[in-house]
Amino acid sequence: MSREVVIKTDRLTKKFGDFVATNEITFEVYKGEIFGFLGANGAGKTTAIKILCGLATPSYGNATIAGFDVYTQTEGIKKNIGYMSQKFSLYEDLTVLENIHFFGGIYGLRKKVLKEKSEKLIETLGLQKEANKLVGALPLGWKQKLAFSVAILHEPKIVFLDEPTGGVDPVTRRQFWDLIYDASDRGITVFVTTHYMDEAEYCDRITMMVDGLIKALDTPLKLKERYGSASMDEVFYELARGAKRSAD
Amino acid sequence: MSTLSFLLQKEFKQIFRNRSILGMIIAMPIIQLLVMPLAADFEIKNINVSIVDHDHSTYSRELTNKIAASAYFKINDYSGSFDASYEEFQTDHSDLILEIPQNFEKLLVIENEASLFLAVNAINGTKATVGSAYLSRIISGFNGNIREEWIVPAKMHKAPTIDIASKNWFNPFLNYPFFMVPGILVALVTMVGVYMCSLNIVKEKEVGTIEQINVTPIKKHLFILGKLIPFWVIGLFVFTLGLLGVAQIAYGIVVEGNLILLYAFLSLFLIAVLGIGLLISTYSETQQQAMSLAFFLIMIFILMSGLFTPVDSMPQWAQWMAKLNPVTYFIEVMRMIVLKGSGFEDLKSHFLAMTGFALLFNSWAILNYRKTT
Repeated sequence: MSREVVIKTDRLTKKFGDFVATNEITFEVYKGEIFGFLGANGAGKTTAIKILCGLATPSYGNATIAGFDVYTQTEGIKKNIGYMSQKFSLYEDLTVLENIHFFGGIYGLRKKVLKEKSEKLIETLGLQKEANKLVGALPLGWKQKLAFSVAILHEPKIVFLDEPTGGVDPVTRRQFWDLIYDASDRGITVFVTTHYMDEAEYCDRITMMVDGLIKALDTPLKLKERYGSASMDEVFYELARGAKRSAD
Repeated sequence: MSTLSFLLQKEFKQIFRNRSILGMIIAMPIIQLLVMPLAADFEIKNINVSIVDHDHSTYSRELTNKIAASAYFKINDYSGSFDASYEEFQTDHSDLILEIPQNFEKLLVIENEASLFLAVNAINGTKATVGSAYLSRIISGFNGNIREEWIVPAKMHKAPTIDIASKNWFNPFLNYPFFMVPGILVALVTMVGVYMCSLNIVKEKEVGTIEQINVTPIKKHLFILGKLIPFWVIGLFVFTLGLLGVAQIAYGIVVEGNLILLYAFLSLFLIAVLGIGLLISTYSETQQQAMSLAFFLIMIFILMSGLFTPVDSMPQWAQWMAKLNPVTYFIEVMRMIVLKGSGFEDLKSHFLAMTGFALLFNSWAILNYRKTT
């Protein structure tokens, strides 16, 4: 299998004083893949994602994202990725359309393209009536779908999703994953952290992080076989049982 | 450049949507400029005097009337016992006690000399000094009158006196608001700049939207410009409303000097002030931290700026602090341009100092602003 590698890390480590948030993690992510990043709270998922997005500098180890070096070419990384954080981070005091225009605009989308894209986006999400409403007034599920759509508006090579479906109902979560599949079909690599094990099943490959270390990396099917479990839940318990950290 | 225009559009939309900020921009200059000059008036009036008259003579009554006729004093009580007046003194009802001894008139006429006793309530130092000075002046005036009508026969041996003729320049009627309003306007612009700028940026940190900005390829300096320009415009607006609106209409203050020069200095000052706001935001994670830090700094900046007390009468170390304070310079510039009509030649050193502050605060803030952790 000679697929294009879009994320490559080598012993990537981030320390905060004595605390090792991510401990020498090494993995590769292929183009168009949905790559699940699993782990208990405090396992180091968010730190890893922040390093990969250029929001944090690693203590040591190497990583290239879309061919750009994580130490020296963070601006190159930023042009080629989308990011959706744990915290909802569109502007609640701007309308749906204004948010789309703003984020599209700062990624340098042309006016005409921006207009077409925002129309299409609003149609896909069924937000025609809400287009001129403040984002703060939308229900959480809609906000999350909008945030995801805005994150991939500029057609990045990779989109990083940090627990995108926290606090969202099952139906909306399903719809959210439809959006993820859509993006993946268009060739966007999706890097997603979650601790919903049903969502883990939707990923092409997953890694399990425990205490800052990668404990397993494979397809959901193979992992279940390896641990002789019927569901990802059991795999997770099996791996996370030994975890020493619990707080986030 | 179009990135900047997207940033500016976003900021202005957010500002105009925020009713409390909008209210602050408009109501703050009006209310503060109407109210604060009244409170910050150092002219002492309504000094309460208790008069203890043991003499009950024509002269003692004449002196009392003279005091009562002055605009500065209110006769609080007029009694025959010091103890009763002292009671008033202790309960803070009176600020001064003037005791006229028995035989005041008699001694004055026979011995050519009499003494009065003045007790001053010095809790409020300014009121005490000013009050006793006014009262001494009234008494010496009274003394002069007596000498003329009673003691000195004709022009025989008139005591040599020096007559002083004085004229007040730049503020001929010693109108207090003329002095205070330009200064208060500076304090106002400082507050608007520092608070609004720092709180706005820290709010984005708190809500988490700044992280979303930090993963975009936006250049640091563009993001910062996008934050500074809107508040620079707001600062200009608040100042204009205060100067050409309130100061001119309510106080009749007309700028004596060049308006363009004044606005050039204002623009420079705003850059310095916004730099302080930006700097505060880079050191704060929450709006509460930013607010406390901004409050602390603004208190020092304003109290040490010579707004209320002249810098020259501060101790040496405080004078140095005032020199390290951008507000000091702009208050001086304001008073000089507005009241005196000074030109750029007179303000060169101020220009240099203010440029220095603008560069210092902004480069410090930009160095300290991090897109990554």
